[in-house]
Amino acid sequence: MNEKIAALSQAFEAELLKVTDNAELENMRVAYLGKKGSITALMKEMGKLSAEEKKSFGQEVNQLKTLVSDQIAAKKEDLARIELEKEINAAPEIDVSIPPVMDRGSYHPITLVQRQCEKVFKSMGFTVEDYSEVVTDYECFEALNIPKFHPARDMQDTYYLENGQLLKTHTSAAQNAIYKKYSKALIEDGVPIKAIFPGRCFRNEATDACHENTFFQMEGVMVDKNISISNLIYFMKTMLSEVFQKDIKVRLRPGFFPFVEPGFELDISCLICGGDGCPSCKHSGWLELCPCGMIHPEVLRAGGIDPDEYTGFAFGLGLTRLAMMKYGIKDIRDLNSGSLASMHQFTDDE
Amino acid sequence: MFISMNWISDFVDLSGLDKEALIHQFSLSTAEVENEIFFKGSDVSGVVVAEIKSVEEHPESKKLHLLKVDCGESELVDVVCGAPNVRVGMKTAFAKVGAQLGDITIAPRPLAGFTSCGMCCSEKELGLSDDNSGIMDITEDVAAGTDLKELYAIDDIIFEVDNKSLTNRPDLWGHYGIAREFATIANRPLKPLETVDLSQYKDLPQIDMKIEDPLCQRYSCLQVENINKNVSPLNMRIRLFYCGMRAINLLADLTNYIMLEMGQPMHAFDSRKVEKIRIKRFHEPFVFQTLDGVDRNIDENTLMICNDNTPVAIAGIMGGLDSEIVADTTKLTLESATFDAASVRKSTVRLAHRTDASARYEKSLDPEMTVPAIARFVKLLTDIDAGVQVTSSLTDEYAFRYPEITLEFDKAFVNRYTGIAIDNETIVHTLTALGFAVSLENDQFKVGVPSWRATKDVTIKADIIEEITRIYGYDNFDIHTVVAPIYPVRTAVEKSTEERVKDILVKRFSLHELHSYIWAYTDEFRKLGIEVEDNIKLLNSANPNIGIIRKTIIPTQLCQVKSNVGYADDFGIFEIGHVINGLKEDNLCNEEKKLAITLFSKTKSLEQLYLELRDMVAVVVDDIRHRNLSYRKLEAAHSYQHPKNLNSILCDGEVIGEIGVAHPVVSKKIDKKAAIVYAEIDMAKLTAVADAHISYEEPSRYPSMEIDLSFVADRFELIGNAIEAENSSLIKKVSVTDVYADENGKSITVRLIFSQNDRTLTRDEVMAVVDSIVERLKGEGVSLKQ
Repeated sequence: MNEKIAALSQAFEAELLKVTDNAELENMRVAYLGKKGSITALMKEMGKLSAEEKKSFGQEVNQLKTLVSDQIAAKKEDLARIELEKEINAAPEIDVSIPPVMDRGSYHPITLVQRQCEKVFKSMGFTVEDYSEVVTDYECFEALNIPKFHPARDMQDTYYLENGQLLKTHTSAAQNAIYKKYSKALIEDGVPIKAIFPGRCFRNEATDACHENTFFQMEGVMVDKNISISNLIYFMKTMLSEVFQKDIKVRLRPGFFPFVEPGFELDISCLICGGDGCPSCKHSGWLELCPCGMIHPEVLRAGGIDPDEYTGFAFGLGLTRLAMMKYGIKDIRDLNSGSLASMHQFTDDE
Repeated sequence: MFISMNWISDFVDLSGLDKEALIHQFSLSTAEVENEIFFKGSDVSGVVVAEIKSVEEHPESKKLHLLKVDCGESELVDVVCGAPNVRVGMKTAFAKVGAQLGDITIAPRPLAGFTSCGMCCSEKELGLSDDNSGIMDITEDVAAGTDLKELYAIDDIIFEVDNKSLTNRPDLWGHYGIAREFATIANRPLKPLETVDLSQYKDLPQIDMKIEDPLCQRYSCLQVENINKNVSPLNMRIRLFYCGMRAINLLADLTNYIMLEMGQPMHAFDSRKVEKIRIKRFHEPFVFQTLDGVDRNIDENTLMICNDNTPVAIAGIMGGLDSEIVADTTKLTLESATFDAASVRKSTVRLAHRTDASARYEKSLDPEMTVPAIARFVKLLTDIDAGVQVTSSLTDEYAFRYPEITLEFDKAFVNRYTGIAIDNETIVHTLTALGFAVSLENDQFKVGVPSWRATKDVTIKADIIEEITRIYGYDNFDIHTVVAPIYPVRTAVEKSTEERVKDILVKRFSLHELHSYIWAYTDEFRKLGIEVEDNIKLLNSANPNIGIIRKTIIPTQLCQVKSNVGYADDFGIFEIGHVINGLKEDNLCNEEKKLAITLFSKTKSLEQLYLELRDMVAVVVDDIRHRNLSYRKLEAAHSYQHPKNLNSILCDGEVIGEIGVAHPVVSKKIDKKAAIVYAEIDMAKLTAVADAHISYEEPSRYPSMEIDLSFVADRFELIGNAIEAENSSLIKKVSVTDVYADENGKSITVRLIFSQNDRTLTRDEVMAVVDSIVERLKGEGVSLKQ
C-alpha cells in the first residue's frame, strides 16, 4: 500500500476514536472527504502517477474513501445512540404515587337517588313528570279525596301562603294533573298511564335529626283497565329489588290514606340483616318504606277517569329517606345544610 | 292505644293459640302494632296472700313495724315493714323469700337490727297501679298462702296500637272492636257484650232532655242512685292501669272502662246539676271551667251540654267542674251521646285541648252504640254494687241517623280488583265474621255494612275489597305483572333538560350541587347586608325565621358561599330550584324554576372569574340547544348586585337570565379578597329555546387564510357587530386572540379565518372583505391600531 494512504488511514482511525459529538464528526468528514479534504487531495495527486501506479493507487484511495465514509456513518449512528441513551438516562422518573388532583364536582345525593329510581322506572315504561312546589288546596287535598276538616289533614302540617295556595305536602298533589294530562290517551287510544313524579315536599314542623320541613318524595301511578292489587305487589317488589340491587321481600299492611282504597304501608326486608332482626330494623326484620294502594275511585273520577272501567295503583317513595338509607346519612338536616364539606362527596354513583 | 289480651279474651276464646303470633297477624291485617309487646306480671312470682297476725312497734324506728304474718306455711314469718296501714287481721300481698319482683329476688335481710323474711307489697311494688300509699288491703275471702295471680289478673299481654293507623276506624277505639278483629283472624266466634235489658225501666220517669242543635246526633241518658262503693275492684283497676289510665273512683273508672271497652265516651253528672238537659251553642263567647280546673274560652261554635241555660260540659270534650260527682252526690245522670265529628275536632283545635273522648268523637262514632254503652255500664255497676237503683227510664233522642249502606258487586269485580281468585265461601265467611250482612246469589254479592263501619269508613265497593283482602292476607297473594300494549315513553322535557344541565356543570365544570330552602334566610341575608325583599309569605309557619318566600336563589347561594369560605380557595356551587315571583293575574303564585350558579375564587381575578362563568353559561346553552347567547347591560335593582358588572343573558333576543358580580359590600362580608360572581337562568325559558340542529359541513380541502386585525376599542361588541353586518360567506371563524391595555387605551386583536370549500381564496377577495369591515368600523369611530 501506498505509504501516504496507509498513514492517512491510520491517522483517520486514530482521530475518529477521539470524536465525541456530531460537530467534530462533521469537521472530520469535511477534513477527509470535503472538496479540500485530504482524500480529495490524494485523488488530485493521481495525475502525477504512471498508468500502472494510477490503477493500484486509485483502487486504494477509493477503498480508503469508502472506509472513511462508512466509518463516519457508523460513528454518526453511534453518537445518536449515545445521545438518546443520555437523554433517556437524564429523564426524570415521574412519581405516580403522588395523590391525583381530581377537582371533581358533585351532585346532591337526592339527585343521585332520584336518578337511580328514575332509571328503574323508565326501564319499565314509566314517564318522568315535572311539577310545581306551590299548589292549590284542590290539588293537594280535595282532588285526593281529602275534603276540608277530614281528619287526614291532621297528618299534614301544611304551610299555607297568603293567597290561599300552599306548599305541597306530598307528591300526590301532582296526581290530578297527571291524570288529566294522560286521560285522553288512556280512554281514546288505550295507552296505560305509567308515570313517576319526583318532587320537593314541605311540612310545617320542627326539625331535628329525623325531621325536616323540606324533603323529597317520588310518586308513581299506573292506571289501566285491569290493574289489581296483585299487580301492585308485583311492581313494588320488582322495582324495589331493582332500586336496591338485591332481591327484596315486601310486606303489605293495611294503611289509611284517603286517596287509596285499599291503602297499604309497604315494608321491605331489612337491608342490613335481610330480615333476621338487627338494631337498624329495631329487631323486627322489616323497614317501613312507602305508602301505596289502589287509587281511590273518587281520585280517578276527579282526574277524568271512570273508576268503573279503570283501576290503578299509586305509591309514594321517600327519596330523602332512601338517600339517607343508601348513604348512611344520620342527620336529615345535612341534606339542606349547603355544606360542601358534607355534600362534595357525592360524585356520580350510577 | 294499649290493648289488653285478657280483655280481648273476655270476648273471644283464644285459648290454645299463640297470642304473640295473633298480635303480629293483627298488625298485618288490621292496624299497626308498635314493636314492643309487654308481658305484664311475667316478672312477678312467689307473691301470696298473707294475714298479719301481730304488729309490734319497732323499738328504735317510728316508721317500722315488726310483723308476724301467716303466708299459708306451717310457721309464721317475721317481717319488718314500713307501711303506715298495717293492722292485725289485715290480709295483704306478701312476697315470700325467693319471690321475684322485677329485678329483685326477695331474700332474708337484716333491717334495723331485725331480720325480715319477706316483704309486704303495695300495688305499685307489684306493678298493678301507681298506688304506693300503703301495702295492699285484700278484702276478698281467700285463704292465706293463695297465689296472688290466682286472685287477680296480674298476668296479661299488653300491646300498643299506633293511633294514627286507627284514624279511619272508629270501631277500633275500644277493646270490643279489636276483639272482633281477633275473632276474625283466629276464626273463632265473638261473644256478645253482657248488658242489662234497659226496657225493664221503661215505666220510670223520663229525664228532661232536649237536643237543640243539629251538631248533636244522639243523646242517651239514665239516672241511677244509691251507690255505696267508691273504689273499683282491683281487676278493673289493673286493666285500666295496664292500658295507661289512672284509677280515680268507681264511677269515673267505670266511664273510662266503658270507653276503653266499647270506644264510647260517657260522662256522669251530679243529677242535682242537670235537671233540664239542653244541648246547644251560645251566641256569645264565655269562660267555662272544666273539671281539670282550667278556665277555657268558649265561642259561639262550640257545642255545650247545659242545664237549661247553664253550661255543664263541653260536648264530646270534657265535663265542667261544677257538675262533677262530689262526695255528697247521691244521684247521678249518665250521658252517652254522639256529636258531629268535624265539630268536635274543630272545637278541640280551638280549645287546644284534646282528650281521650274527643280523640274518639273525631273519628265519627257509631250512634247505635250510645244505648248499649249505658246498658253495659248498668250491668257492670250492678255487678260491683248490687244496691244501685236505676231511677229513670232510658231517655234517648236520636236526631241524626247515618243512612244504611248496602253494597252490591259481583265476583268478577273482586277478581279484577284483587288480581287473584278468592272463593265465594271465603268472602262470605270473612265479611260475616266482621259483622257485615252478606247474601250471595249467582256470584252476585249484596253486603250490608254494620252501623259501626258505616259512619264514614266503608262506603264504596273498594272498601269491601280491603275487608276481604286484609283478612285473606297480602302475603298469600299470587303476584303477577301487567299485560299491556307498549307505547313510546317520553320523559318530560323539563326533567331531561334539568338532568343534562346538572351533568354539564358537575362533569365539565366541577361545580357542586347544593340544595337550599324555598324561603328567604332572613337572618343570614341581613348579616351579609342583603335586603330581605317583600314577597308572598307563609301564613302559619311554626318558625319565626321562616316566612318570606324567595324571589331568586342568588342571595341564598351567597349565604351558602359564606358558610363554605373555609372549604377551598376556589369553588363553584349550583342549584336548580323553585322561586316565587309575586302573584299572577289569577292570584296564583308566579312560580319559576331557576338555575343558579355562584363562583368563589381567591386565586383568580374578578374578570377571569366573570368570564369563566359567562363561558359556563354559554356552554350549557350551546350544549343543550346549540344556540349562542348575547348580553345586555342591566341596571342594578337589588342589594346583592354589582352596580356596574351586571348583564342580562339573551337568547333569540329574549332575556333568559342574568349574570353579575356580587355587590362589593356583600362580597367583602363574605371574604375580604375573594372574587364572587353569580348567574341565574330561568329553566322554563331555557327549556323553551328552540333547538338549533347540528348541520354537518364538510371541511374545506383548500387552504384557509388567517388575518389578524388589532383595533383600538373598549368593547368587542362594535367589532363583532361590524363583522356580522359584513355577512360574508368567506369568513369561517372569528376569534379574539389578544386584549391589551396601556396608557394609550385598550386594543383588541381579532383573528378572522377565511376559506371556501370549492377553491383557494385569492388575497384580493379576502382583503376586500377586510377593508370593508375596517371601513364600517371607522364609521363607528373604531380604528386599526397603528
